Amino acid sequence: MSAPNPALRHQVIKIYKELLYLGREYPLGFDYYRPRLKKAFASQVHLEDEEKIKKGIERAEFVKKEIEALYYLKRYRTLRQRYETPTPDPLHSIEDHATQEK
Amino acid sequence: MSGLRVLVPIKRVIDYAVKPRINKSHTGVETAGVKHSMNPFDELSIEEAVRLRERAAKSPTTSPRIADILAFTAGPPKAADALRTALAMGADRGIHVTVADDAPPLEPLGVAKLLAQVAREEKADLVILGKQAIDGDMGQTGQMVAGLLGWGQATQAAQETLKGKLPMVITTDLRLNEPRYASLPNIMKAKKKPVVKRSLEEMGVDVERRLKTVSVEEPPAREGGVKVENVDGMIAKLKELGAL
Repeated sequence: MSAPNPALRHQVIKIYKELLYLGREYPLGFDYYRPRLKKAFASQVHLEDEEKIKKGIERAEFVKKEIEALYYLKRYRTLRQRYETPTPDPLHSIEDHATQEK
Repeated sequence: MSGLRVLVPIKRVIDYAVKPRINKSHTGVETAGVKHSMNPFDELSIEEAVRLRERAAKSPTTSPRIADILAFTAGPPKAADALRTALAMGADRGIHVTVADDAPPLEPLGVAKLLAQVAREEKADLVILGKQAIDGDMGQTGQMVAGLLGWGQATQAAQETLKGKLPMVITTDLRLNEPRYASLPNIMKAKKKPVVKRSLEEMGVDVERRLKTVSVEEPPAREGGVKVENVDGMIAKLKELGAL
């Protein structure tokens, strides 16, 4: 297989590897994630136009950011539920009061 | 001043998403074959140290330069993974005090003594650490470090703004920042960053256990509720339970 642009090909492989690495923690499991990731990339294999390939890489970068944000939120919400009391924090109400006075 | 030296202690704990199970001998939770990761509160402290550095790079006149971010951990050989994550997030170097896999876990006081010693040896100006680890939930280490060093402390840093004098200890809470993800390329680059391994004996710190665990038990299972037919039934039930 000859790549029209080796630099772009390298970028695609790089983002694929990064996404694959991210998938190890995917909530639905790596076995769910991996075939879907592969399919998503394989479905774009026909792309020849460099602009379109660049768009594809951008999309992959966007998905990477989304997945990272998903992991962060999932962890943040779980920890908030475990560690933060639902009753209002008295310190915060003092702070609110102080800002009101200003 | 040529720049602040920041010490960020971290701990490898059972991953937050894993439901812990009590071991057969009822001395603690089962750790063998369980997914581990860096204590989430420690990710906040690494992130904060790295953000301090980035802030200084952006506005050198108003923010102090960060000369060094040292990640420290004391734990079994596998704790090196958590250290690697810290380096991937932006710490410059690491120190790993190795504890045998089968050794009893360190207590907050023992860890605090190790940290106080490292802070002195490395001439740290700032220690930023998680307010607690999600395994033992003791939440004492930061305060003890400040006490041992005689430094000021700001605990559970999240949203309020406080003024303090250096050197000091800061413990981080959930809302402080959004920790970045340790990406694959950064994990790879982190493998080149220096990590010094030291043994507990070398540190020459008394980490003898002072706490005794009597027994570790599951909380009682939640009992099912009952349905009442009507208002009278509910009042009768509430009276029966002594709520009225």
